Amino acid sequence: MTKNKVLLPVISVVVLALTVASLMVGGYDITLESLIHDPAAREMFFISRVPRTLALIFAAVAMSISGVIMQLITQNKFVEPTTAGTAQWAGLGLLATLIVVPDASPMVKMVISVIFAFAGTMVFIVVLRRIALKSSIIVPLVGIMLGAVVGSITTFLAGNFDLLQSMSAWRSGGFSSVVRGFYEPLWAVLAVAVLAYLLADRFTIAGLGKDLATNVGLKYEQVVFLGVMLVAIATGVTTVVVGFIPFLGLIVPNLVSMMLGDDMHKNLPWVAVIGAGLLLACDLVGRTIVAPMEIPASVVLGVVGAVVFITLVLRQRRHVSA
Amino acid sequence: MSVLDSVRARAVPAGTGERRRLSPGVRLAIVAVIAAVAVACYLFLFIRGSFDFTFPRRLTVLGAMLVAAFAHGMGTVVFHTVTDNRILTPSIIGFDSLYTLMQTLTVFFFGATAIATSEGIPKLVLQTALMVALATLLYRWLFSGRFGSLFLMLLVGVVLGMAFDSLSTFIQRVLSPTEYDMLSVELMGRLSSVPGDYLPLAFGICIVVGVILWRRRHRLDALLLGRDTATNIGVAYKRELTLMLVLIALLVAFATALAGPMTFFGFLVATLAYQIAGSYKHQYVMPMAFLLGVITLAFGQFFMQHIFYAGGFLTVIIEFVGGILFLFMLLRKGTL
Amino acid sequence: MIEFHDVSMSYQDKRVLGPVSGTIREGGITSLIGPNGAGKSTLMTIIGRLLQPTSGTVTVGGLDVRSTKTQELAKHLSILRQENHITARLTVRELVGFGRFPHCQGRLTAEDVRHVDEAMEFLNLTDLADRFLDQLSGGQRQRTFVAMVLAQDTKYVLLDEPLNNLDMKHAVLMMRQLRRAADELGKTIVLVIHDVNIAAAYSDHIIALRDGLIVTSGTSDEIMRDEILTDVFDTPVTVHAINGQPTAVYAR
Repeated sequence: MTKNKVLLPVISVVVLALTVASLMVGGYDITLESLIHDPAAREMFFISRVPRTLALIFAAVAMSISGVIMQLITQNKFVEPTTAGTAQWAGLGLLATLIVVPDASPMVKMVISVIFAFAGTMVFIVVLRRIALKSSIIVPLVGIMLGAVVGSITTFLAGNFDLLQSMSAWRSGGFSSVVRGFYEPLWAVLAVAVLAYLLADRFTIAGLGKDLATNVGLKYEQVVFLGVMLVAIATGVTTVVVGFIPFLGLIVPNLVSMMLGDDMHKNLPWVAVIGAGLLLACDLVGRTIVAPMEIPASVVLGVVGAVVFITLVLRQRRHVSA
Repeated sequence: MSVLDSVRARAVPAGTGERRRLSPGVRLAIVAVIAAVAVACYLFLFIRGSFDFTFPRRLTVLGAMLVAAFAHGMGTVVFHTVTDNRILTPSIIGFDSLYTLMQTLTVFFFGATAIATSEGIPKLVLQTALMVALATLLYRWLFSGRFGSLFLMLLVGVVLGMAFDSLSTFIQRVLSPTEYDMLSVELMGRLSSVPGDYLPLAFGICIVVGVILWRRRHRLDALLLGRDTATNIGVAYKRELTLMLVLIALLVAFATALAGPMTFFGFLVATLAYQIAGSYKHQYVMPMAFLLGVITLAFGQFFMQHIFYAGGFLTVIIEFVGGILFLFMLLRKGTL
Repeated sequence: MIEFHDVSMSYQDKRVLGPVSGTIREGGITSLIGPNGAGKSTLMTIIGRLLQPTSGTVTVGGLDVRSTKTQELAKHLSILRQENHITARLTVRELVGFGRFPHCQGRLTAEDVRHVDEAMEFLNLTDLADRFLDQLSGGQRQRTFVAMVLAQDTKYVLLDEPLNNLDMKHAVLMMRQLRRAADELGKTIVLVIHDVNIAAAYSDHIIALRDGLIVTSGTSDEIMRDEILTDVFDTPVTVHAINGQPTAVYAR
């Protein structure tokens, strides 16, 4: 535990540094001096850099905390919006909006995405009740297949309506087009985070199953409904503003559990911080490695996340039975 | 024996109340006839223009259909047995994603023409070899080892698939619209454009694998009993599974390299086979899956081409239907 | 006979069994008893080669269970675990028929069919032969699995809690059949049994385990003593002779 006493402050400092770097680095370098003296730099800062960095942080918090909520409710370590189909359903919702109401405002797009994400997650939860062994690896496998089905339906429809390249833009979620006036809805993620923190215990109890939960006086259906709602909102909003962000909800909660155990109240703030740090780092890498071109954060995350996840899973190998 | 026992002994034996049902052999025969009809319809009906031109082309496409039906149908059935689960498909291991990535990279580095022109058997073999290599790596690393777990291996395969997808999607964004369009065609499954000279190799592989699977059909049945019971009756469980996984990898990888990804086709066909075969035994289910695959593709292409004038969309429709069926199966009652 | 030498089993740093060594004599019924977590099932699973021990060797009838080909082993040794989930839709006859797999590889001859019929009759399953497994009660399913193992016709039979789900009458019937199999057919039967009284009534030899180690072993009379049982099960047990049969009383 003492190594945590050193590790956690170090992590906080690192994430802070990443935030500052995110604000500073880019095609147009901004320093503290230029902020004070150069109005153009200031403008760039507030129109592009700050919203981008905030969007990164919010998106990361959204997906990480959604992961936590889903893992609590399903009692399975590998469940998160991109391994349960939620994100893919949100994408389908976005496509539906693009087809039916192409001029819709971002707000409308978000609402529809949220509705789709909600429906999709409920489908997953219902399917989950059919799986005998809840803690098994088969849960995320089924979720991923579910996501694949929805994804292929989306691709099919997109192909028919000639929206394929737009949807593939969604699929590699990036932050390069985030500007002031566009990202504000992400603040809703803060509300989700706070609520998640307050309700964490209830989600944990709900995860034990309907019978046990009812036995201690919890309104099971209500709590699950609320949890799914929070996840849907977080995922839906992130989907519309930023796109598809894989793995965060999977890696970060597990990493934090490995370090700090399973007390959700203690973990949630760190999940948010580390999630944000990870996404900031991926975005920075994407911005600098092939400058002036940009690799979207989610692509970097897709590769980095895969490596981290596989390492995680291998460490757990001895615990997992065939 | 007590009085109760002797009364029970005279009672009507169980099972006679059930309706007489068609035997599995009869079912296979009926389905085989339907398959023959489907093939005939596809080959001979609605030939507009020159017979000498159209017929050989159709024969080639039929050849590709046979390979696809065999590979995906049998591959999925055996995969279900091996994973003790009827929801997953072999492609979940990442074949489709790896294939997509390979095609995307080809277009990115060598331009659209690299894909459009005939690729040659070396490329086919290379792609298959790469996919089988990936699969074998996963098996040995994650499944055969002391702490091996089948589902662990699948999960890692899936995650790798997601990583490949991320990369592919990104690279696709950078392509020009024409390049992108050409790529999309490749990625959607292209039974109609499989070159004829690939077929001998394809048939060869199918026959070899088919013989191996047929000879092991009883052992496959035993695998259904679960690890402990199967081991008890003398089945070398892990070795058998590994062999099956390699064969499945070979079949599905080859079919994918040949005709593009068809993720839910195998699932569709296997699920129907379980319903229709009338027995759990592999000697009935495997051929049934193959025949149903042939019917789906032959009749499907026939209808799409001549009734709906949408010949190029067959695989997409099949994937769509298969996907819907998958969702439906997931939401039914019962345990997974 | 069955010999196990220095067998131990650990998961990560937790030692679940061992090191234990011993022999199980040929013929008759030997029962493994002990409280939950004593390692009885673990030991049996290791002997039955379904589990690789962390260390140690096991030979059954002279065959090393680790190095002998499993197909060969299946003709001499059969094991049935406690939990058996089967997803395929099999009838009773089909499942029992699988017991002949080591001998016929799935192609049943007339001889194999005879074994199947006999096994089903042995356990009163003939009337249920064509019923599907999911149509049976828990007890009937249990008997079907035991019938499969009997059809396998091996010299050494390992059964992990075979009386699970069986009511009083069928539990006694099952034990009587096992006794017959040992006496008339010369089989060596090893059981993991929770009910000490049944173990005592039907076993020739009892091995008592606790916390992963063998505490003691001996005949029923030698084991059925107050001090021994109280020590093994960590709860007050007194043994009384009822109808000439040593009976453990522990309920109050």
